[in-house]
Amino acid sequence: MIRVVLPGQLRELAHVGKEIELDVKGEVTRRSVLDALEVAYPVLKGTIRDTRTQQRRAFVRFFACEADYTHTSADEPLPAAVATGEEPFFIVGAMAGG
Amino acid sequence: MGGVRVLVGTRKGAFVLCSDGKRKDWSVAGPYFPGWEIYHLKASPVDPDRIYASQSSGWFGQLIQRSDDGGASWQPVGNEFAYKGVPGTHQFYDGSPHPWEFARVWHLEPSLDDPDTVLAGVEDAALFRSCDGGKTWEELAGLREHSSGSSWQPGAGGMCLHTIVLDPSNPQRIFVAISAAGVFRSDDDGETWRPVNKGLRSGAIPDEDAEVGHCVHHLARHPSHPEVLFMQKHWDVMRTDDAGESWTEVSGDLPTDFGFAIDVHAHEPETVYVVPIKSDSEHFPLDGKLRVYRSRTGGNEWEPLTRGLPEANCYVNVLRDAMAVDSLDECGVYFGTTGGQVYVSPDAGDSWAPIVRDLPSVLSVEVQTLP
Repeated sequence: MIRVVLPGQLRELAHVGKEIELDVKGEVTRRSVLDALEVAYPVLKGTIRDTRTQQRRAFVRFFACEADYTHTSADEPLPAAVATGEEPFFIVGAMAGG
Repeated sequence: MGGVRVLVGTRKGAFVLCSDGKRKDWSVAGPYFPGWEIYHLKASPVDPDRIYASQSSGWFGQLIQRSDDGGASWQPVGNEFAYKGVPGTHQFYDGSPHPWEFARVWHLEPSLDDPDTVLAGVEDAALFRSCDGGKTWEELAGLREHSSGSSWQPGAGGMCLHTIVLDPSNPQRIFVAISAAGVFRSDDDGETWRPVNKGLRSGAIPDEDAEVGHCVHHLARHPSHPEVLFMQKHWDVMRTDDAGESWTEVSGDLPTDFGFAIDVHAHEPETVYVVPIKSDSEHFPLDGKLRVYRSRTGGNEWEPLTRGLPEANCYVNVLRDAMAVDSLDECGVYFGTTGGQVYVSPDAGDSWAPIVRDLPSVLSVEVQTLP
Protein backbone atom coordinates (compact mmCIF):
# COMPACT_ATOMS: atom_id res chain seq x y z
CA MET A 1 0.00 0.00 0.00
CA ILE A 2 1.13 3.52 -0.76
CA ARG A 3 1.00 5.99 2.10
CA VAL A 4 -0.11 9.51 1.26
CA VAL A 5 -0.12 12.53 3.55
CA LEU A 6 -2.66 15.21 2.61
CA PRO A 7 -2.71 18.87 3.64
CA GLY A 8 -5.21 19.77 6.34
CA GLN A 9 -7.80 21.39 4.11
CA LEU A 10 -7.97 18.35 1.83
CA ARG A 11 -8.14 15.98 4.79
CA GLU A 12 -11.16 17.83 6.02
CA LEU A 13 -12.73 17.78 2.57
CA ALA A 14 -12.18 14.03 2.18
CA HIS A 15 -13.02 13.27 5.82
CA VAL A 16 -9.77 11.42 6.40
CA GLY A 17 -6.92 11.54 8.86
CA LYS A 18 -3.43 12.85 8.28
CA GLU A 19 -2.27 9.78 6.40
CA ILE A 20 -4.20 7.52 4.05
CA GLU A 21 -3.30 4.30 2.28
CA LEU A 22 -3.87 3.66 -1.39
CA ASP A 23 -3.70 0.56 -3.52
CA VAL A 24 -1.82 1.70 -6.62
CA LYS A 25 -1.80 -0.63 -9.59
CA GLY A 26 1.32 -0.89 -11.72
CA GLU A 27 4.27 1.43 -11.52
CA VAL A 28 4.16 3.92 -8.68
CA THR A 29 4.42 7.36 -10.22
CA ARG A 30 2.97 10.72 -9.29
CA ARG A 31 0.27 10.24 -11.89
CA SER A 32 -0.68 6.74 -10.73
CA VAL A 33 -0.79 7.85 -7.10
CA LEU A 34 -3.01 10.82 -7.92
CA ASP A 35 -5.22 8.67 -10.16
CA ALA A 36 -5.74 6.20 -7.31
CA LEU A 37 -6.31 9.03 -4.85
CA GLU A 38 -9.05 10.56 -7.01
CA VAL A 39 -10.74 7.19 -7.50
CA ALA A 40 -10.76 6.56 -3.76
CA TYR A 41 -11.79 10.14 -2.91
CA PRO A 42 -13.66 11.71 -5.84
CA VAL A 43 -14.17 14.93 -3.88
CA LEU A 44 -10.47 15.63 -4.38
CA LYS A 45 -10.81 15.76 -8.17
CA GLY A 46 -9.80 19.21 -9.27
CA THR A 47 -8.22 20.21 -5.97
CA ILE A 48 -4.69 18.96 -6.69
CA ARG A 49 -4.62 19.07 -10.48
CA ASP A 50 -6.89 20.49 -13.13
CA THR A 51 -9.53 17.97 -14.14
CA ARG A 52 -9.12 18.65 -17.86
CA THR A 53 -5.45 19.45 -18.35
CA GLN A 54 -4.20 17.33 -15.42
CA GLN A 55 -1.83 20.20 -14.65
CA ARG A 56 -0.79 20.57 -11.05
CA ARG A 57 -2.38 23.50 -9.24
CA ALA A 58 0.23 26.19 -8.92
CA PHE A 59 0.42 26.13 -5.12
CA VAL A 60 0.49 22.36 -4.66
CA ARG A 61 3.83 20.65 -4.03
CA PHE A 62 4.86 16.98 -3.91
CA PHE A 63 7.56 15.75 -1.56
CA ALA A 64 8.91 12.30 -0.72
CA CYS A 65 12.01 10.96 1.01
CA GLU A 66 13.15 14.50 1.76
CA ALA A 67 13.16 15.41 -1.93
CA ASP A 68 10.93 17.62 -4.07
CA TYR A 69 9.01 15.82 -6.83
CA THR A 70 6.90 18.83 -7.78
CA HIS A 71 8.61 19.51 -11.07
CA THR A 72 9.58 16.03 -12.13
CA SER A 73 7.66 14.19 -14.82
CA ALA A 74 4.29 12.85 -13.65
CA ASP A 75 5.26 9.48 -15.08
CA GLU A 76 8.66 9.22 -13.43
CA PRO A 77 8.78 6.36 -10.91
CA LEU A 78 8.68 7.56 -7.30
CA PRO A 79 11.37 6.28 -4.89
CA ALA A 80 11.28 2.62 -3.96
CA ALA A 81 10.64 3.55 -0.34
CA VAL A 82 7.36 5.19 -1.41
CA ALA A 83 6.43 2.23 -3.60
CA THR A 84 6.96 -0.20 -0.73
CA GLY A 85 5.09 1.96 1.77
CA GLU A 86 8.17 2.54 3.86
CA GLU A 87 7.96 6.30 3.29
CA PRO A 88 4.86 8.42 2.64
CA PHE A 89 4.20 10.61 -0.40
CA PHE A 90 3.47 14.14 0.78
CA ILE A 91 0.96 16.44 -0.98
CA VAL A 92 1.63 19.87 0.41
CA GLY A 93 0.10 23.32 0.08
CA ALA A 94 2.94 25.66 -0.83
CA MET A 95 4.13 28.15 1.77
CA ALA A 96 2.48 31.16 0.25
CA GLY A 97 0.97 33.01 3.17
CA GLY A 98 -2.52 32.47 4.38
CA MET B 1 -43.21 35.70 14.72
CA GLY B 2 -40.69 33.95 12.51
CA GLY B 3 -36.95 33.77 12.82
CA VAL B 4 -33.92 34.56 10.74
CA ARG B 5 -30.88 32.66 9.57
CA VAL B 6 -27.88 34.74 8.53
CA LEU B 7 -25.39 33.09 6.17
CA VAL B 8 -21.94 34.60 6.50
CA GLY B 9 -19.08 33.91 4.12
CA THR B 10 -15.59 34.83 5.32
CA ARG B 11 -11.98 34.57 4.23
CA LYS B 12 -11.57 31.49 6.42
CA GLY B 13 -14.87 29.68 6.50
CA ALA B 14 -18.65 30.04 6.74
CA PHE B 15 -20.84 30.80 9.71
CA VAL B 16 -24.57 30.49 10.29
CA LEU B 17 -26.17 32.89 12.76
CA CYS B 18 -29.73 32.26 13.95
CA SER B 19 -32.23 34.19 16.00
CA ASP B 20 -35.93 34.53 16.59
CA GLY B 21 -37.94 37.46 15.33
CA LYS B 22 -36.64 39.76 18.04
CA ARG B 23 -33.14 39.42 16.61
CA LYS B 24 -31.57 40.03 19.98
CA ASP B 25 -30.21 36.66 21.09
CA TRP B 26 -28.18 34.71 18.56
CA SER B 27 -26.69 31.29 18.10
CA VAL B 28 -23.49 31.03 16.09
CA ALA B 29 -22.59 27.86 14.18
CA GLY B 30 -19.33 27.32 12.34
CA PRO B 31 -16.80 27.67 11.04
CA TYR B 32 -17.91 25.45 8.19
CA PHE B 33 -15.16 24.71 5.66
CA PRO B 34 -12.49 26.20 7.98
CA GLY B 35 -9.52 27.67 6.21
CA TRP B 36 -11.33 28.07 2.88
CA GLU B 37 -12.55 31.31 1.38
CA ILE B 38 -16.33 31.33 1.29
CA TYR B 39 -17.18 34.06 -1.15
CA HIS B 40 -20.93 33.54 -0.96
CA LEU B 41 -23.72 31.40 0.43
CA LYS B 42 -27.33 31.71 -0.62
CA ALA B 43 -30.48 29.71 -0.02
CA SER B 44 -33.21 28.79 -2.45
CA PRO B 45 -36.21 31.07 -1.99
CA VAL B 46 -38.55 28.12 -2.58
CA ASP B 47 -36.74 25.61 -0.34
CA PRO B 48 -35.16 27.36 2.62
CA ASP B 49 -33.28 24.23 3.64
CA ARG B 50 -31.42 24.21 0.30
CA ILE B 51 -28.31 26.37 0.59
CA TYR B 52 -25.47 26.70 -1.88
CA ALA B 53 -21.97 27.81 -0.89
CA SER B 54 -18.95 28.81 -2.93
CA GLN B 55 -15.83 27.35 -1.33
CA SER B 56 -12.48 28.26 -2.82
CA SER B 57 -8.80 28.39 -2.08
CA GLY B 58 -5.78 29.79 -3.85
CA TRP B 59 -4.15 26.41 -3.25
CA PHE B 60 -6.89 23.90 -4.02
CA GLY B 61 -9.32 25.66 -6.34
CA GLN B 62 -13.10 25.86 -6.37
CA LEU B 63 -15.80 23.67 -4.89
CA ILE B 64 -19.52 24.16 -4.58
CA GLN B 65 -21.08 22.88 -1.39
CA ARG B 66 -24.77 22.19 -0.94
CA SER B 67 -26.84 21.78 2.17
CA ASP B 68 -30.29 20.23 2.13
CA ASP B 69 -30.94 20.72 5.83
CA GLY B 70 -30.55 24.41 6.40
CA GLY B 71 -26.79 24.37 6.84
CA ALA B 72 -26.52 21.58 9.42
CA SER B 73 -24.67 19.34 6.98
CA TRP B 74 -23.01 19.90 3.61
CA GLN B 75 -21.98 17.88 0.61
CA PRO B 76 -19.60 18.94 -2.13
CA VAL B 77 -21.28 18.91 -5.52
CA GLY B 78 -19.77 20.07 -8.82
CA ASN B 79 -16.52 21.91 -9.31
CA GLU B 80 -16.14 21.90 -13.10
CA PHE B 81 -16.50 25.37 -14.53
CA ALA B 82 -15.35 25.11 -18.15
CA TYR B 83 -15.76 28.05 -20.48
CA LYS B 84 -17.50 27.09 -23.71
CA GLY B 85 -15.30 26.86 -26.79
CA VAL B 86 -12.05 28.78 -27.02
CA PRO B 87 -12.51 31.61 -24.54
CA GLY B 88 -10.22 34.17 -26.17
CA THR B 89 -8.88 37.17 -24.32
CA HIS B 90 -9.97 40.19 -22.31
CA GLN B 91 -7.87 43.18 -21.30
CA PHE B 92 -5.42 42.80 -18.46
CA TYR B 93 -4.71 45.64 -16.00
CA ASP B 94 -2.01 47.00 -18.30
CA GLY B 95 -4.34 46.95 -21.31
CA SER B 96 -2.73 43.92 -22.92
CA PRO B 97 -4.81 40.93 -24.07
CA HIS B 98 -5.10 38.26 -21.39
CA PRO B 99 -6.61 34.78 -21.75
CA TRP B 100 -9.84 34.10 -19.91
CA GLU B 101 -8.95 31.99 -16.85
CA PHE B 102 -11.39 30.62 -14.30
CA ALA B 103 -10.45 31.69 -10.77
CA ARG B 104 -13.46 31.33 -8.47
CA VAL B 105 -17.20 31.69 -7.98
CA TRP B 106 -18.07 35.07 -6.51
CA HIS B 107 -21.83 34.85 -6.32
CA LEU B 108 -24.50 32.16 -6.35
CA GLU B 109 -28.07 33.06 -7.24
CA PRO B 110 -30.64 30.29 -6.77
CA SER B 111 -33.65 30.28 -9.07
CA LEU B 112 -36.82 31.94 -7.83
CA ASP B 113 -38.88 28.83 -8.52
CA ASP B 114 -36.67 25.72 -8.73
CA PRO B 115 -34.32 24.71 -5.89
CA ASP B 116 -32.15 22.65 -8.26
CA THR B 117 -31.44 25.58 -10.55
CA VAL B 118 -28.78 28.08 -9.58
CA LEU B 119 -26.65 30.65 -11.38
CA ALA B 120 -22.99 31.27 -10.61
CA GLY B 121 -21.10 34.46 -11.36
CA VAL B 122 -17.41 33.76 -11.73
CA GLU B 123 -13.97 35.32 -12.18
CA ASP B 124 -12.84 35.71 -14.97
CA ALA B 125 -16.24 37.14 -15.71
CA ALA B 126 -18.80 34.66 -16.95
CA LEU B 127 -22.14 33.23 -15.96
CA PHE B 128 -22.77 29.54 -15.37
CA ARG B 129 -25.98 27.67 -14.62
CA SER B 130 -26.66 24.36 -12.93
CA CYS B 131 -30.04 22.66 -13.26
CA ASP B 132 -29.17 19.63 -11.13
CA GLY B 133 -28.51 21.09 -7.72
CA GLY B 134 -24.96 22.19 -8.44
CA LYS B 135 -23.61 18.87 -9.74
CA THR B 136 -22.90 20.09 -13.27
CA TRP B 137 -22.42 23.59 -14.61
CA GLU B 138 -22.89 25.01 -18.09
CA GLU B 139 -21.74 28.41 -19.20
CA LEU B 140 -24.29 30.86 -20.59
CA ALA B 141 -21.65 31.87 -23.08
CA GLY B 142 -23.63 34.59 -24.83
CA LEU B 143 -22.52 36.97 -22.12
CA ARG B 144 -18.78 36.39 -22.33
CA GLU B 145 -19.04 36.26 -26.12
CA HIS B 146 -20.65 39.70 -26.26
CA SER B 147 -18.83 41.83 -28.81
CA SER B 148 -17.41 44.00 -26.03
CA GLY B 149 -15.92 41.03 -24.12
CA SER B 150 -12.39 41.46 -25.40
CA SER B 151 -12.37 45.00 -23.97
CA TRP B 152 -13.44 44.09 -20.45
CA GLN B 153 -10.78 44.60 -17.82
CA PRO B 154 -10.42 43.60 -14.18
CA GLY B 155 -11.19 45.82 -11.24
CA ALA B 156 -8.90 45.74 -8.23
CA GLY B 157 -10.49 42.50 -7.01
CA GLY B 158 -10.20 40.72 -10.33
CA MET B 159 -12.45 40.55 -13.37
CA CYS B 160 -15.44 39.18 -11.59
CA LEU B 161 -19.12 38.73 -12.27
CA HIS B 162 -20.22 39.55 -8.75
CA THR B 163 -23.91 40.44 -8.94
CA ILE B 164 -26.88 38.56 -10.39
CA VAL B 165 -30.39 40.00 -10.15
CA LEU B 166 -33.43 37.98 -11.21
CA ASP B 167 -36.76 39.50 -12.09
CA PRO B 168 -39.72 37.96 -10.23
CA SER B 169 -42.14 39.37 -12.78
CA ASN B 170 -40.23 38.15 -15.84
CA PRO B 171 -38.42 34.80 -15.67
CA GLN B 172 -36.63 35.56 -18.94
CA ARG B 173 -34.86 38.63 -17.55
CA ILE B 174 -31.48 38.54 -15.78
CA PHE B 175 -29.20 41.41 -14.80
CA VAL B 176 -25.53 40.86 -14.04
CA ALA B 177 -22.78 43.26 -13.03
CA ILE B 178 -19.11 42.85 -13.85
CA SER B 179 -16.09 44.71 -12.54
CA ALA B 180 -14.98 46.48 -14.57
CA ALA B 181 -17.34 46.16 -17.52
CA GLY B 182 -20.69 47.27 -16.16
CA VAL B 183 -24.26 46.00 -16.14
CA PHE B 184 -25.60 43.57 -18.74
CA ARG B 185 -29.18 42.46 -19.22
CA SER B 186 -30.65 39.39 -20.84
CA ASP B 187 -34.31 39.18 -21.82
CA ASP B 188 -34.13 35.62 -23.09
CA ASP B 189 -33.07 33.64 -20.01
CA GLY B 190 -29.36 34.25 -20.50
CA GLU B 191 -28.97 33.43 -24.16
CA THR B 192 -28.13 36.94 -25.39
CA TRP B 193 -27.03 40.04 -23.54
CA ARG B 194 -26.62 43.74 -24.00
CA PRO B 195 -24.92 46.36 -21.85
CA VAL B 196 -27.29 48.70 -20.00
CA ASN B 197 -25.00 51.42 -18.72
CA LYS B 198 -26.37 54.60 -20.25
CA GLY B 199 -26.00 57.42 -17.76
CA LEU B 200 -22.99 55.99 -15.95
CA ARG B 201 -19.93 58.25 -15.92
CA SER B 202 -16.55 56.99 -14.75
CA GLY B 203 -13.52 59.23 -14.64
CA ALA B 204 -11.03 56.38 -14.70
CA ILE B 205 -11.79 55.23 -18.24
CA PRO B 206 -10.82 56.98 -21.47
CA ASP B 207 -14.41 57.71 -22.55
CA GLU B 208 -16.13 58.46 -19.27
CA ASP B 209 -19.63 57.65 -20.49
CA ALA B 210 -18.66 54.65 -22.62
CA GLU B 211 -21.18 51.87 -23.12
CA VAL B 212 -18.87 49.36 -21.38
CA GLY B 213 -15.98 49.67 -18.93
CA HIS B 214 -17.60 50.90 -15.71
CA CYS B 215 -16.67 49.45 -12.35
CA VAL B 216 -20.13 48.67 -11.01
CA HIS B 217 -19.80 47.43 -7.44
CA HIS B 218 -23.27 46.15 -6.68
CA LEU B 219 -26.97 46.26 -7.62
CA ALA B 220 -30.10 45.98 -5.51
CA ARG B 221 -33.79 46.07 -6.21
CA HIS B 222 -37.14 45.62 -4.52
CA PRO B 223 -39.13 42.64 -5.81
CA SER B 224 -42.30 44.67 -6.25
CA HIS B 225 -40.49 47.22 -8.47
CA PRO B 226 -38.37 45.08 -10.77
CA GLU B 227 -37.81 47.93 -13.25
CA VAL B 228 -36.12 49.98 -10.52
CA LEU B 229 -32.55 49.11 -9.64
CA PHE B 230 -30.11 50.87 -7.36
CA MET B 231 -26.39 50.73 -7.97
CA GLN B 232 -23.31 51.40 -5.92
CA LYS B 233 -20.70 52.17 -8.53
CA HIS B 234 -16.99 52.57 -7.81
CA TRP B 235 -17.88 56.21 -7.29
CA ASP B 236 -21.55 57.31 -7.47
CA VAL B 237 -24.83 55.83 -6.27
CA MET B 238 -27.17 55.45 -9.22
CA ARG B 239 -30.74 54.38 -9.96
CA THR B 240 -32.68 53.29 -13.00
CA ASP B 241 -36.44 53.33 -13.35
CA ASP B 242 -36.50 51.56 -16.68
CA ALA B 243 -34.59 48.33 -16.12
CA GLY B 244 -31.23 49.83 -16.95
CA GLU B 245 -32.12 51.71 -20.13
CA SER B 246 -30.97 54.88 -18.39
CA TRP B 247 -29.32 55.63 -15.06
CA THR B 248 -29.32 58.80 -12.99
CA GLU B 249 -27.07 59.68 -10.11
CA VAL B 250 -28.71 59.77 -6.67
CA SER B 251 -25.62 60.26 -4.51
CA GLY B 252 -27.16 63.54 -3.36
CA ASP B 253 -25.89 64.61 0.05
CA LEU B 254 -23.80 61.53 0.85
CA PRO B 255 -20.48 62.52 2.42
CA THR B 256 -18.69 60.28 -0.09
CA ASP B 257 -20.30 58.29 -2.85
CA PHE B 258 -17.64 55.59 -3.03
CA GLY B 259 -18.64 52.25 -1.55
CA PHE B 260 -19.45 48.65 -2.23
CA ALA B 261 -22.65 47.50 -0.52
CA ILE B 262 -26.20 48.64 -1.30
CA ASP B 263 -29.59 47.19 -0.44
CA VAL B 264 -33.29 48.02 -0.39
CA HIS B 265 -35.74 47.80 2.53
CA ALA B 266 -37.92 44.69 2.31
CA HIS B 267 -41.23 46.61 2.49
CA GLU B 268 -40.36 50.12 1.32
CA PRO B 269 -39.13 50.11 -2.27
CA GLU B 270 -37.79 53.66 -2.02
CA THR B 271 -35.78 53.07 1.17
CA VAL B 272 -32.17 52.35 0.29
CA TYR B 273 -29.06 51.63 2.37
CA VAL B 274 -25.41 52.23 1.54
CA VAL B 275 -22.18 52.27 3.53
CA PRO B 276 -20.07 55.20 2.31
CA ILE B 277 -16.35 54.43 2.12
CA LYS B 278 -13.77 57.18 1.97
CA SER B 279 -12.21 56.48 -1.43
CA ASP B 280 -10.91 53.90 -3.84
CA SER B 281 -7.50 54.03 -2.19
CA GLU B 282 -8.69 54.37 1.42
CA HIS B 283 -11.13 51.52 1.85
CA PHE B 284 -12.51 52.54 5.22
CA PRO B 285 -15.24 54.82 6.55
CA LEU B 286 -14.79 58.59 6.72
CA ASP B 287 -13.16 59.86 9.91
CA GLY B 288 -13.11 56.37 11.45
CA LYS B 289 -16.90 56.45 11.93
CA LEU B 290 -18.78 53.42 10.64
CA ARG B 291 -22.09 54.73 9.36
CA VAL B 292 -24.85 53.28 7.26
CA TYR B 293 -26.71 55.89 5.25
CA ARG B 294 -30.41 55.50 4.54
CA SER B 295 -32.51 57.26 1.96
CA ARG B 296 -36.27 57.07 2.28
CA THR B 297 -36.71 58.95 -0.99
CA GLY B 298 -35.07 56.54 -3.42
CA GLY B 299 -31.79 58.42 -3.23
CA ASN B 300 -30.46 61.99 -3.14
CA GLU B 301 -31.51 62.65 0.46
CA TRP B 302 -29.57 60.50 2.89
CA GLU B 303 -29.44 60.27 6.67
CA PRO B 304 -26.58 58.79 8.70
CA LEU B 305 -27.49 55.85 10.91
CA THR B 306 -25.10 55.75 13.84
CA ARG B 307 -26.77 54.34 16.94
CA GLY B 308 -24.81 51.27 18.02
CA LEU B 309 -22.11 51.59 15.37
CA PRO B 310 -18.48 52.55 16.11
CA GLU B 311 -18.10 56.32 16.10
CA ALA B 312 -14.31 56.41 16.36
CA ASN B 313 -11.22 54.53 15.26
CA CYS B 314 -13.07 52.22 12.90
CA TYR B 315 -11.19 51.42 9.70
CA VAL B 316 -12.95 48.39 8.28
CA ASN B 317 -14.57 47.95 4.89
CA VAL B 318 -17.98 46.54 3.97
CA LEU B 319 -17.73 44.48 0.79
CA ARG B 320 -20.27 44.37 -2.01
CA ASP B 321 -22.12 41.19 -1.04
CA ALA B 322 -21.91 41.82 2.69
CA MET B 323 -25.25 43.58 3.24
CA ALA B 324 -28.71 42.04 3.35
CA VAL B 325 -32.23 42.59 4.64
CA ASP B 326 -34.78 40.25 6.16
CA SER B 327 -38.50 40.46 5.48
CA LEU B 328 -39.94 40.35 8.97
CA ASP B 329 -42.64 42.92 9.69
CA GLU B 330 -40.04 45.32 10.97
CA CYS B 331 -37.34 44.97 8.35
CA GLY B 332 -33.96 43.88 9.67
CA VAL B 333 -30.78 45.12 8.04
CA TYR B 334 -27.46 43.29 8.30
CA PHE B 335 -23.91 43.88 7.21
CA GLY B 336 -20.51 42.32 7.78
CA THR B 337 -17.11 43.99 7.84
CA THR B 338 -13.59 43.13 6.86
CA GLY B 339 -12.85 43.34 10.58
CA GLY B 340 -15.05 40.32 11.24
CA GLN B 341 -18.07 42.03 12.76
CA VAL B 342 -21.62 41.26 11.66
CA TYR B 343 -24.11 43.93 12.68
CA VAL B 344 -27.89 43.72 12.81
CA SER B 345 -30.48 46.43 12.95
CA PRO B 346 -33.86 44.96 13.89
CA ASP B 347 -35.55 48.33 13.29
CA ALA B 348 -34.74 49.15 9.68
CA GLY B 349 -31.49 50.90 10.52
CA ASP B 350 -32.47 53.05 13.49
CA SER B 351 -30.24 51.12 15.88
CA TRP B 352 -27.51 48.54 15.46
CA ALA B 353 -25.83 45.83 17.51
CA PRO B 354 -23.06 43.39 16.72
CA ILE B 355 -24.15 39.77 16.39
CA VAL B 356 -20.51 38.68 16.37
CA ARG B 357 -17.36 40.77 16.61
CA ASP B 358 -14.41 38.58 15.80
CA LEU B 359 -15.02 36.44 12.74
CA PRO B 360 -12.51 36.30 9.90
CA SER B 361 -12.87 39.07 7.34
CA VAL B 362 -16.47 38.97 6.08
CA LEU B 363 -16.98 38.52 2.34
CA SER B 364 -20.74 38.08 2.17
CA VAL B 365 -23.92 38.22 4.22
CA GLU B 366 -27.27 36.79 3.22
CA VAL B 367 -30.40 36.49 5.34
CA GLN B 368 -33.21 34.00 5.30
CA THR B 369 -36.52 34.90 6.89
CA LEU B 370 -37.96 31.70 8.29
CA PRO B 371 -41.59 30.92 9.09
